[in-house]
Amino acid sequence: MAASTRLQVISLYRMMMRESQKFPSYNYRTYALRRVRDAFRANRKVDDPKAVQRLMMEGQQTLALIQRQASIGKMYQAQKIVVE
Amino acid sequence: MLSPGRTVSSRLLRPASWLHVRLGSDRTLASAMQKELIKKKVLEKDELRPLYMDFQATTPMDPRVLDAMLPFQVNYYGNPHSRTHAYGWESESAMETARKQVADLIGADPREIIFTSGATESNNMAIKGVARFYQAKKRHVITTQIEHKCVLDSCRILESEGFSITYLPVQKNGLIDLELFEASIRPDTSLVSVMTVNNEIGVKQPIMEIGQICRSKGIFLHTDAAQAVGKIPINVSDWKIDLMSISAHKIYGPKGVGALYVRRRPRVRMEPLQSGGGQERGLRSGTVPTPLAVGMGAACSIAQKEMEYDHHRVSMLAHRLIQKIMSEIPDVIMNGDAEQRYPGCINLSFAYVEGESLLMALKDVALSSGSACTSASLEPSYVLRAIGADEDLAHSSIRFGIGRFTTEEEVDYTAEKCIQQVRRLREMSPLWEMVQEGIDLKSIKWTQH
Repeated sequence: MAASTRLQVISLYRMMMRESQKFPSYNYRTYALRRVRDAFRANRKVDDPKAVQRLMMEGQQTLALIQRQASIGKMYQAQKIVVE
Repeated sequence: MLSPGRTVSSRLLRPASWLHVRLGSDRTLASAMQKELIKKKVLEKDELRPLYMDFQATTPMDPRVLDAMLPFQVNYYGNPHSRTHAYGWESESAMETARKQVADLIGADPREIIFTSGATESNNMAIKGVARFYQAKKRHVITTQIEHKCVLDSCRILESEGFSITYLPVQKNGLIDLELFEASIRPDTSLVSVMTVNNEIGVKQPIMEIGQICRSKGIFLHTDAAQAVGKIPINVSDWKIDLMSISAHKIYGPKGVGALYVRRRPRVRMEPLQSGGGQERGLRSGTVPTPLAVGMGAACSIAQKEMEYDHHRVSMLAHRLIQKIMSEIPDVIMNGDAEQRYPGCINLSFAYVEGESLLMALKDVALSSGSACTSASLEPSYVLRAIGADEDLAHSSIRFGIGRFTTEEEVDYTAEKCIQQVRRLREMSPLWEMVQEGIDLKSIKWTQH
């Protein structure tokens, strides 16, 4: 993987983790963090530029989805659950 | 509080009477008592919410599902059956995409998917619809004793219409005996209905084997797969399933929508339940709710992508919960087969503890002693009776449901609370004391008669 792509991937990962952290719901938040982390881990070895490009696109769309859904979550916040 | 419950259940010992009980006045009595026991209470603003461990009852909607649905709740509100304008076309195309997503998950053709209001409607449609269509020549239906209430109730209606129904018993592990099944097939059997994964004990029936037997004899096979679709791999062609009920809200989709798979080749014909505009191939009249259908499609497509990941995680968490509980407290029995099961549905019986008392003590955890449909009554679950659980064990069972959003912390918290409360309740229980003293409870005569 080219150094510039590598930086882009790392930056996308950080953004997705940061945005996932904003889910007010405990279960959605922990799931988003876990799923993002595991997805990046699972695709760690991918180095075909086309595949990386496709995954990056997918990641960008998911990032936008996380942002939208975290905002909706904030509008209708509920009580915390007992393990929080 | 035990004895009235027992009176109800003693009636259950008589064959087939377990189907009648729910209609009797016992139900009102039992639910009135239940209300006394578990008081409904709305949470205060600053109170903590219990954690959710009841994924068989329903699942929270996945944020990705809501994200797919919202545009159709906001801007694209057209009737998918409108043929004359863009509003209709865009809704129709979204509905068809959703239909394809559902079909892909089960290896079907999109034209074989009928949207309904949920698995209950799908089950009703399939059982009544097929049986009634072929009633001139075939008047026998086979089902099992551990089906969902809506299947059993549909069969009851058919019985009142003159059909004969075989309610197959199940073995101790909850699975049906294939030899017994084959022996109960008659020349006039039109339909067999067996659920894929049981909602209370999580056992997985050998649908593929049943499908082979049914196909070779020209009988239609219906399966209620509400608890199985999206959680275990299912292929309607490989398994030779002719009709299958699916529910969206069990797979992180919206409530109020489901689907029925109806095979085209060899064609399954059925009488529709609803009359009207002839939507859904004339089998289910009524406008398809586009946002809900879109949500169901998204849920199916996510389930397909995430099946392996989810299954791996659910198995890991289930193992963790069982290990923790079983290693700390003795006399815990797991109901249902140990191998042939969906791991996310764990049904445990805690001997010498009353299930309802344990549920009350575990008010920090949203759990259930069985299906939500019957949780209003104090009757022991008919599913547990069917697998031959002793009456006291049937009374002491709790179902733990694990799903996509369950965390390790939640599992640990549940296990810890459960261990603590079972110990406390057992210490108070005279039965437990007697067992510790070495008295065999079975040798005691409890009643005069």
